Amino acid sequence: MTRNFFQSTYNKQKLFNLLGVNIIAIVDYGCGNLYSLQCSLNFLNLKSTITSDPEVIKSADKIILPGVGAFGDAVKLLRESGLDSIVKTEAEKGKYILGICLGMQLLFEKSYEYGEHTGLGLIKGEVHPLSNDIKGDLKIPHMGWNALNIKDINDPIFKYTKNGDYVYYVHSFYAKNCDKALLATSDYEVSVAGLVKSKNVYGAQFHPEKSGDVGLNLLKAFAELEDR
Amino acid sequence: MLAKRIIPCLDVRNGRVVKGVNFDGIKDVSSPVDLAKFYNKSGADELVFYDITASYENRGLFTDVLKTVASEIFIPLTVGGGINTLDDFDRVLKCGADKVSVNSGAIKNPALISEAAKKYGDQCVVLSMDIKRVDGKFHIFSTGGRVDTGIDALQWAVNGEQSGAGELVVNSIDTDGVKNGFDLEMLSEIQSRVKIPVIASGGAGKKEDFLELFKAGVADAGLAASVFHFKEININELKEYLKSNDIEMRV
Repeated sequence: MTRNFFQSTYNKQKLFNLLGVNIIAIVDYGCGNLYSLQCSLNFLNLKSTITSDPEVIKSADKIILPGVGAFGDAVKLLRESGLDSIVKTEAEKGKYILGICLGMQLLFEKSYEYGEHTGLGLIKGEVHPLSNDIKGDLKIPHMGWNALNIKDINDPIFKYTKNGDYVYYVHSFYAKNCDKALLATSDYEVSVAGLVKSKNVYGAQFHPEKSGDVGLNLLKAFAELEDR
Repeated sequence: MLAKRIIPCLDVRNGRVVKGVNFDGIKDVSSPVDLAKFYNKSGADELVFYDITASYENRGLFTDVLKTVASEIFIPLTVGGGINTLDDFDRVLKCGADKVSVNSGAIKNPALISEAAKKYGDQCVVLSMDIKRVDGKFHIFSTGGRVDTGIDALQWAVNGEQSGAGELVVNSIDTDGVKNGFDLEMLSEIQSRVKIPVIASGGAGKKEDFLELFKAGVADAGLAASVFHFKEININELKEYLKSNDIEMRV
């Protein structure tokens, strides 16, 4: 009986909550490899759980929405699992959310990746192909280490980050018309939205879990964000 | 803009690094995990692990190593060696690899590139090529650079890109081990035919070789093994040197 109680993620979660341990829910909707991301949180001694359980997501302290692959497939999986509305509701309640890579793109209103798809609409803006705007001979995907031009260094997410720090990107589509949400950009002929924010919702186009110490510092700062 | 990358390569056999030498500050030089940590601290932009384990049974040792590295080092990891099927891709990606490098596996079955690119994305598939001049032409060699396949390397690179490889590793057998600089001529021939990133390998002996490589504009990254392992070049110093010579570096 006791054993079963602790084997249940949900009960473990409740116990952590009772003990005042903060948990980050990594939303698992079948899109991408979450091993490195959870490893990076473990490395920072942050408690996290990979979950598709709405109750666990609701009771978590913070939410990370990961993702690799195509926008259309991802948003479909998110809707079919019903997790889109859970994430949206939690965001609207004021819970801190971090979207990473495709997870960041999902936060926007729309994407024009192979067609037109509706996103979660938590941040104003749309996602467009880099190939529409890059006219020179730069390579797509935008893959590799690029420097962050930080727009608002006072944002608490940059507690341990400085202007010009390098982060690791891998993507072929990018967010546009999101000027108000821009916290940091990187130059790749066009200005790539690197880190965005709308109220309690953050999005990173790059992979903090693959960006060395700079990435770990951003994850640490995210985990330390305090309820407003 | 994107920084040029410096990539140390570790050959792993039965879970241990081959050619580990004496390093200050590392407990166990033949431990891939300790060496990977050392390189991460020294500013490596990416790590490449080649599994040269001969027996299939010992492959598990390699994935154990990979898992441990991925749980402690948070930069891109590329894995190669013995990648012949989609199951092989799956096996190493689950253990924390970000990119998978195919070489002989793609020669045996060229469809492997397109199948893997379709399943895991172009960015995940690295085509590694061992190239040597034969009668004034560039030929692809297989089985660790021992067998001339007769395949034209320039065409092979173009086909690789078209099939969905996201990156090319160009290893010049002619300059490998000579430590007299990268094979700029070979790299230039390849670079001018593809749009995907080219990683230069074979021939690095000193800092100036990397500067020459990047100034020539024929590669996006420089890969080396022994000059880093034998501490002939310190990665941090190399990157500072390149940066002071106007090459964009993550330092």
